[in-house]
Amino acid sequence: MSEMAGKLFSWVNSRLPIVNTFERHLSKHPVPSKVNFWYLFGALAAVTLIIQIVSGIWLIMPYSNTEEQAFSSIEYIMRDVDYGWVIRYIHTTGASLFFAVVYLHMFRGLLYGSYQKPKELVWIFGCTIYLAMMAEGFLGYVLPYGQMSYWGAQVIISLFGAIPYIGESLELWVRGDYYISGITVSRFFALHVVALPLVLIALVFLHLVALHEVGAGNPEGVDIEEYLDDDGVPLDSVPFFPYKVLNALVAIGVFMTVFSIIMFFFPEGGGYFIEMANFQEANPLVTPEHIAPVWYYAPFYTMLRAIPDPLGGLIVMAAAVAIFFVVPWLDRSKVASIRYKGIFSKIALTMFGVSFLTLGYLGTVGVTEIRKTMSVICTIIYFAYFLLMPIYTKYESTKEVPKRL
Amino acid sequence: MQEKDKTRRKVLIGLTSALGLSGVPFAATPFIAAWNPSAKAKAAGAAVKLDVSKMQYGQQIQVAWRKQPVFIIRHTEESLAGLDLSLEKLADPNSDQILEPYKGLNQSRSKSPEYSVMSGVCTHLGCSPKYHPEVEPKPWDESWKGGFFCPCHGSMFDMVGRVYKGVPAPTNLVVPPHMFEGSILTIGEDKEL
Repeated sequence: MSEMAGKLFSWVNSRLPIVNTFERHLSKHPVPSKVNFWYLFGALAAVTLIIQIVSGIWLIMPYSNTEEQAFSSIEYIMRDVDYGWVIRYIHTTGASLFFAVVYLHMFRGLLYGSYQKPKELVWIFGCTIYLAMMAEGFLGYVLPYGQMSYWGAQVIISLFGAIPYIGESLELWVRGDYYISGITVSRFFALHVVALPLVLIALVFLHLVALHEVGAGNPEGVDIEEYLDDDGVPLDSVPFFPYKVLNALVAIGVFMTVFSIIMFFFPEGGGYFIEMANFQEANPLVTPEHIAPVWYYAPFYTMLRAIPDPLGGLIVMAAAVAIFFVVPWLDRSKVASIRYKGIFSKIALTMFGVSFLTLGYLGTVGVTEIRKTMSVICTIIYFAYFLLMPIYTKYESTKEVPKRL
Repeated sequence: MQEKDKTRRKVLIGLTSALGLSGVPFAATPFIAAWNPSAKAKAAGAAVKLDVSKMQYGQQIQVAWRKQPVFIIRHTEESLAGLDLSLEKLADPNSDQILEPYKGLNQSRSKSPEYSVMSGVCTHLGCSPKYHPEVEPKPWDESWKGGFFCPCHGSMFDMVGRVYKGVPAPTNLVVPPHMFEGSILTIGEDKEL
């Protein structure tokens, strides 16, 4: 029996590179031996992507993408479909946690210089994933066709209208109707469940292929390729499988616990994960009293609001995301990790983090005069972190990086 | 390969690629055009008609054209006379910045001096401003003379939809295409245009 299985395996393996791929990308793929918890969020993001795909497929089955039935089909999922509420809350919780994990993953990149040569492409694919996620999240939020779906989409699609000359016809083209109707919903549905997931999966694949080509980083910023053993394997490395895989499993266990607690006890996340206004069906004639985006877009929404002119707001908001792409060329430091960078880098990163969180808070609350001033200040700090980076990273004194990990 | 053949090959590759690329716009056309409003959507977005003679003086009604709110107000003499009171607060009192063709309309900003017809979509980011006709102090303006207030980002408009200075909305509320035939108001179509 085992002989037959062995024969079958070798028959397949001589036609499909199973052993080769397993060795190259898992059992013989060297990764730095010493990393910290910041290096776990990539794996968690991958897990969340899978959770979103599976729960998403199950949600497509009972969901109806028409103007008349979109909202009521969500109620149907919540009340009449066996365990439908679990599947929907998995998807909504997953969306928020996906962004939480990715924000932490991106912060790790800024903290330890994960974008520096030769990892520029890994970083750029990552930024593109983030961009695709933002689009994916927005499209998905429109599908329940609740009040916040409608008016959130109204504000976002109006942003296209701010583009000179072509703006208005572009708006009409995106909606396919004179208002956000069933036509818009079903087109967003197609993009949300087919087009963008395909793009996301392709980008994640490229992100990983590029990462495996240049090798993972570490919190010390040490190049482990400098010291190799006789077989050409870095001395300060361990194979990805089983060491890192088992390591990640513990993190996944903790993550799943947090996930379940939110999903079962706080699925609405206090109005931050699912906004209260979205429990009412879309009404094109009545705007809700208070329009706020979901928390993960809030920092950018605050920037949009801080600029009085819609086109200016749109440009600032787009620039805030776009600027991530050029970080590899803004950082002129000789060292990668914040541990060996100078005091200015440390202050700049701290101020950036604080301003990002403040912008996030401001986006979820109403506008007052003092909050408006704070939005402008935080927006300036946000951009200053990036735009001054070539100066403070170049001229500050850095510490000597050790040779070995 | 000889130099002559190399050049020849380059030219052929260039021509073939150019020919192939010229097909891209043709192939893309149906995919892009399929996103335009369909015939059904256009039919549903056709003009709406209503009899405005039944409106009371001072009454504001909201009708849906293309599922977007359109505000119609039948003004009293006093409210028309009161329009000049908040003139210095307005950003564009004569509606100079409004899109053609509705420049230099009546003071009431419609083709009839008695009525106002305007889109109920805020020119900032598309929310629907709320009607507050009372002349009394409001949380957003101590000397409120009546008009529209947008709850989303705090834009203010006067009784005929003219935007205040220093608010997020860039222009006055838009006057949609409309015409009066006797007391029948048609929104979404203007035969004179």
